[in-house]
Amino acid sequence: MGIVLLFLIPVVVFSIVSVVLVGVLGAALPALAAYPDFTWVMDPWFQALIKMTLLILVVVMPLASILTWMERKQSAKMQDRGGPNRAAILGARAWGIPHFIADAVKMIMKEDFIPAKANKILFSLAPVMAIVPVFVTFAIVPFGGDVCTHQLTQVVANPALCTDKVTLQVARLDVGLLFYFAIASLAVYGTTLAGWASYNKWSLLGGLRASSQMMSYEVTMGLAILGAFLVYGTLEPHAIVLAQGPLPWHWGIVYQPLGAILFFTAAIAETKRTPFDTPEGESEVVGYFVEYSGMRFGMFFLAEFIEVVFLSAIMATVFFGGYEFPFLFPDGFHLLGHSLPLPHVAVLLIQTAGWGLKVIFFCWFQLLIRWTLPRIRPDQLMDLGWKKLLPVSLANVVVTAVVVLALMAR
Amino acid sequence: METTFRKRTSKATVKVVPRPETLNKELMLGGIIQGLAVTMRHFFQNVAREKPEVTINYPEERLKYPLRNRGLHRLMHREDDSVRCVACMCCPTACPAHCITIVAEETGNGNEKRPAIFEIDELRCIVCGLCVEACPCDAIRMDTGEHMHVVDRRDDAILGKVDLMKRGISSTAVQGGEPNWQERVKTVPDPRFR
Repeated sequence: MGIVLLFLIPVVVFSIVSVVLVGVLGAALPALAAYPDFTWVMDPWFQALIKMTLLILVVVMPLASILTWMERKQSAKMQDRGGPNRAAILGARAWGIPHFIADAVKMIMKEDFIPAKANKILFSLAPVMAIVPVFVTFAIVPFGGDVCTHQLTQVVANPALCTDKVTLQVARLDVGLLFYFAIASLAVYGTTLAGWASYNKWSLLGGLRASSQMMSYEVTMGLAILGAFLVYGTLEPHAIVLAQGPLPWHWGIVYQPLGAILFFTAAIAETKRTPFDTPEGESEVVGYFVEYSGMRFGMFFLAEFIEVVFLSAIMATVFFGGYEFPFLFPDGFHLLGHSLPLPHVAVLLIQTAGWGLKVIFFCWFQLLIRWTLPRIRPDQLMDLGWKKLLPVSLANVVVTAVVVLALMAR
Repeated sequence: METTFRKRTSKATVKVVPRPETLNKELMLGGIIQGLAVTMRHFFQNVAREKPEVTINYPEERLKYPLRNRGLHRLMHREDDSVRCVACMCCPTACPAHCITIVAEETGNGNEKRPAIFEIDELRCIVCGLCVEACPCDAIRMDTGEHMHVVDRRDDAILGKVDLMKRGISSTAVQGGEPNWQERVKTVPDPRFR
């Protein structure tokens, strides 16, 4: 029951976000900008700041923290166990959901220990360097369509045409997913520095494993998604979503099934979770964060879960139609000749809620993979990355390019 | 220094087990999908039935103990609520853990004895039940169904005569035993003896 409820959480959360954003950016800020001293509130950087803050505080952090509970509960259900059910707020156990609060309190209250010979500056810097890039990458993710703030109750056929629109995306960058690759590759510094600065052989080993793994799989990840870029002809996530449209047979998974599988595999390796968790290697090296305790460890832990959320978001955006709900066009549902016109605000809410459901589905799927597959050895990891995934992704790019070229020439 | 290697003379060979490098094995996809199907099936089954069937949430749900469960000791009473124990020293003799201490005194009633001190160190007790087997007059029993209580100090785990008698009730056995007890046992309604 708790798990079923969990699938309603993103629906509620994303709807709240979109409503608040429309209220703040569509009504409150223009009213404030009427005063001469506050014209700067309409500047793009200020609006982006508000969106980013709201996205991080209302969507990403709660979702990532609740994933820690979800992981424990889901693994329990998969293994016929009960899972966490003891923590309670005022006697309300709520299927063990308060456990994530208990976990956070525990992490904050624990001693923050720095080993005597560790490099204190880098040791303190490493968790920050691990967690900041994953936050920043959320800037490019579109979590809803464009909002026409003055036509909320009307039927809007093409939101791109209206003036005064609020975009439910922090930064609409033309480089789009390249920005994601650039920022995400910074995260490897966090893990490597953590391993080196701890002054511990096992940490160093874990850090080296992490850096080699992340660098190897970034190659495959970039090449796997290249096919999708060729199909859509753009790198910008919102344009990718619009190019896919609301019809499921036009989504990326249909055009690029191999690319989707390759990208998903490589991206799971990037998150350093179980089939690819040699950097952590609980039974051998215990990982690059073995010397970390308290909230510093918590930051690595949280960064991992935020990466899970972000990977789900990217999978949904590039290969599963992003915020597009099946058969829901901007002016309402159209299916088999029947149509149901809907006001702009209803379309908007269904789209953001659908986006939330897609994200939580991929989070669930990643947890399923994490609790099903055993860890592979470091040499098998390199074999898989360089000898299998890379050639296949190269072939995928070549075949896609030839087909796209042939279709364009026709 | 010159090293010479002896030529291998053994006829033993390595047995090669054929493990063909099939495409399915290389891709690992078949195994992955099979594994995911198993875990997914368990996940949905368990979500649908709310509670995994094997787990017992202990403090709220308890298993019914079997009739021969051995719990905390108790000392039984006579009809006049005095202790049944006659301080015969059978139980401390039988006790392999030496957890029973009895100091006897005279009752002044003919030639009978009774315990002045009867102490059981429940931390030492290994719950073997030999004291109950040894008792000739149904004075000590372990059928309370209670667990050892949590104590702050080791001394608190030593139960005295008063504590042990508090849990006790009047026993229906005839004091000193009955001459025809074998016949009586067959008519007792207790399922343990059937």
